[in-house]
Amino acid sequence: MTALPPAGTSVAPGVPAGRRLSAWLSGRPRVRLAALLAPPAIWLTLVYLAALLALLTTAFFSVDEFTNAVTRTLTLSNVRDVVSDPAYLRASARTVGVAAAVTALCTVIAIPMAFFMAKVAPARSRGLLVALVLTPLWASYLVKVYAWQAMVQPGSGVIAWVLRPLGVDGPGYGLMAVVLTLTYLWLPYMVLPVYAGLERLPDSLVDASADLGAGPWRTFRNVVLPLAYPSIVAGSVFTFSLSLGDYITVQIVGGKAQLLANIVFANYAANLPFAAAIAIIPVLITVAYLAVVRRTGALDNL
Amino acid sequence: MGTEPVTMRWDPQLSGPRAGRRLYGALVSTQPQPDVDAARPAIRLRGLRKRFGTGPQAVDAVAGVDLDVRDGEFLTLLGPSGSGKTTVLRLIAGFELATAGTIELGGVDVTRRAPFERDVNTVFQDYALFPHMSVTDNVGYGLRVRKVGRAERASRTQEALDGVRLGHLGDRRPAQLSGGQRQRVALARALVNRPRVLLLDEPLGALDLKLREQMQVELKAIQRQVGITFVFVTHDQEEALTMSDRIAVFDGGRIEQLGSAADVYERPATPFVAGFVGTSNLLSGAAAEQVLGRSGTWSVRPEKIRLDLDDEPAAEAHDRSATGVVREVVYVGSATRFVVDLDAGASLVALQQNVQTSSSDVDAYRGRRVRLHWDPRHEVQVADPATAPTAH
Ligand SMILES: Nc1ncnc2c1ncn2[C@@H]1O[C@H](COP(=O)(O)OP(=O)(O)OP(=O)(O)O)[C@@H](O)[C@H]1O
Ligand SMILES: [Mg+2]
Repeated sequence: MTALPPAGTSVAPGVPAGRRLSAWLSGRPRVRLAALLAPPAIWLTLVYLAALLALLTTAFFSVDEFTNAVTRTLTLSNVRDVVSDPAYLRASARTVGVAAAVTALCTVIAIPMAFFMAKVAPARSRGLLVALVLTPLWASYLVKVYAWQAMVQPGSGVIAWVLRPLGVDGPGYGLMAVVLTLTYLWLPYMVLPVYAGLERLPDSLVDASADLGAGPWRTFRNVVLPLAYPSIVAGSVFTFSLSLGDYITVQIVGGKAQLLANIVFANYAANLPFAAAIAIIPVLITVAYLAVVRRTGALDNL
Repeated sequence: MGTEPVTMRWDPQLSGPRAGRRLYGALVSTQPQPDVDAARPAIRLRGLRKRFGTGPQAVDAVAGVDLDVRDGEFLTLLGPSGSGKTTVLRLIAGFELATAGTIELGGVDVTRRAPFERDVNTVFQDYALFPHMSVTDNVGYGLRVRKVGRAERASRTQEALDGVRLGHLGDRRPAQLSGGQRQRVALARALVNRPRVLLLDEPLGALDLKLREQMQVELKAIQRQVGITFVFVTHDQEEALTMSDRIAVFDGGRIEQLGSAADVYERPATPFVAGFVGTSNLLSGAAAEQVLGRSGTWSVRPEKIRLDLDDEPAAEAHDRSATGVVREVVYVGSATRFVVDLDAGASLVALQQNVQTSSSDVDAYRGRRVRLHWDPRHEVQVADPATAPTAH
């Protein structure tokens, strides 16, 4: 005969400890929630927010003229320098312009690609197409940027060579090359959310629009685009913020162009507080962008 | 898109003066355009075939369909799952391109035309309402696309919504409606365009039984009022029998029989139709010889058969009768189904109204010897598949 379980527990003897723990947890939702959230919460505060906070405070320190050591006395001079010098304002505008252009180009290329993958290609080949879109992400970032250097090189670059019969010169190094390279680099981050959004769009809605007399273009504008809009915005969060923070591409194919991130890179060794002050600008721009995006409800789709 | 689909419409109001007549009044008084040949069918399908896929996996979803749908008729496509009903509807609407054969709408060959160039509208099984638009915008979509003026669009949309008794819900989003309300919005969205033909793919499939029965009556009433040709898909034989002017029974991508509800129910052309529309009560071979005294395959509907205990006095002399043992008793509320294994070999289902009996009474019949009898006029000869006449 087995012994009766002790009063007050409903768990039978011989039940594995793991099961007993989950049985105990199932009656205590708060404990369960705390156990679930603690590791990511610790990670988020320590590793993520702490670094951001360090960046913010560093911006208000100064640097010793002779030793280049950071002095921990609070000063507004870095921030004042950044705000008062129109060169940094121009660099900010240029950076936002590049990020916006990259986002726009990615959108224009990604929508037909994603539409083909989600709605035209046979269902069997969709997995393969997604894998193909992802493959460039497996190659090293640096290799891809140097590949683009070879593409845009003035005179001997691939683009220049293709355009030569037309009597046109290639883009050469500069902002145009930066936009092209970044568009190539971040395109998968736009294609995937848009693909996921279109995949969710029932075919019958497209049929219904045609049934009610709308041609392909009207159907696209009135039905497909509004319903895919949140996923496009979601993708733009990636392409926009990744472009804001990139400095290697600018260095390799940007020629003389100066964007915020490479100003940060150029300054951090000599004057870390000043570099931090500049680095706050893209952070602020991203926060502002996210605030706008949040109002569209697109973040629910990320 | 040109102006052709608009001029093709048979509604004179679209081109003529548009006093603020109510949709219902307008639709009821609408007459077919004089130049539309009354004898010409609204839809004519000839040798229609649709094959999906290639090689060994190919499926002939539609395997040769010839069909004339009359103007103003309520035609139902009835058949089991996978028999090609939806595919036929999608071919008519233009969502699929036919592999072979032709489709004519009002005498015009539209086989190769895009959906937006065909004068038909569809009520989808999942309703396919645009989730990002209000109910009013959904209903007004077809008019907006066809560049109907704002004022007329607003009044026709409102009238169409009033027509399905949803006039007060125009500002809601589809997600904020119940299933039955969504169904009616889908109907209003299609009807507001006054198409020649309305295609409905199991529009009541998602509704519960009560609402379904109510919508069956409403749908039929609306069809009678607007006089538009309805092609209605269902796999529910009762729904088909109650609503249709004619029924096309589908199986394996072909029409097995085309006829009125009474035709397909009382005079099934093939064993498949006898079985799918109602219960197949077939007597064939030796059983037919023994019970009916003739060869061939014969069908007797369950409700035409009376059932008595074998020891009760025999019925009128001219009745057909057969004895057997009750194998199964199914109590269905107002009536009871008895499955009887005949001594002659076949088994027949007899449906008896529960006039005097209750569920406990009928259960006592299980395993008892009974006598079935019926009027020979209710025996219908069913052609064998091989010798079945091709349906037209
Ligand atoms: N897009 C498609 N690709 C491949 N096969 C298809 C496609 N659409 C339908 N089929 C096949 O064609 C046949 C007929 O399908 P259809 O949808 O017309 O049936 P149905 O009569 O409407 O059935 P149900 O009552 O279940 O809706 C089925 O065997 C189905 O698997
Ligand atoms: Mg179907």
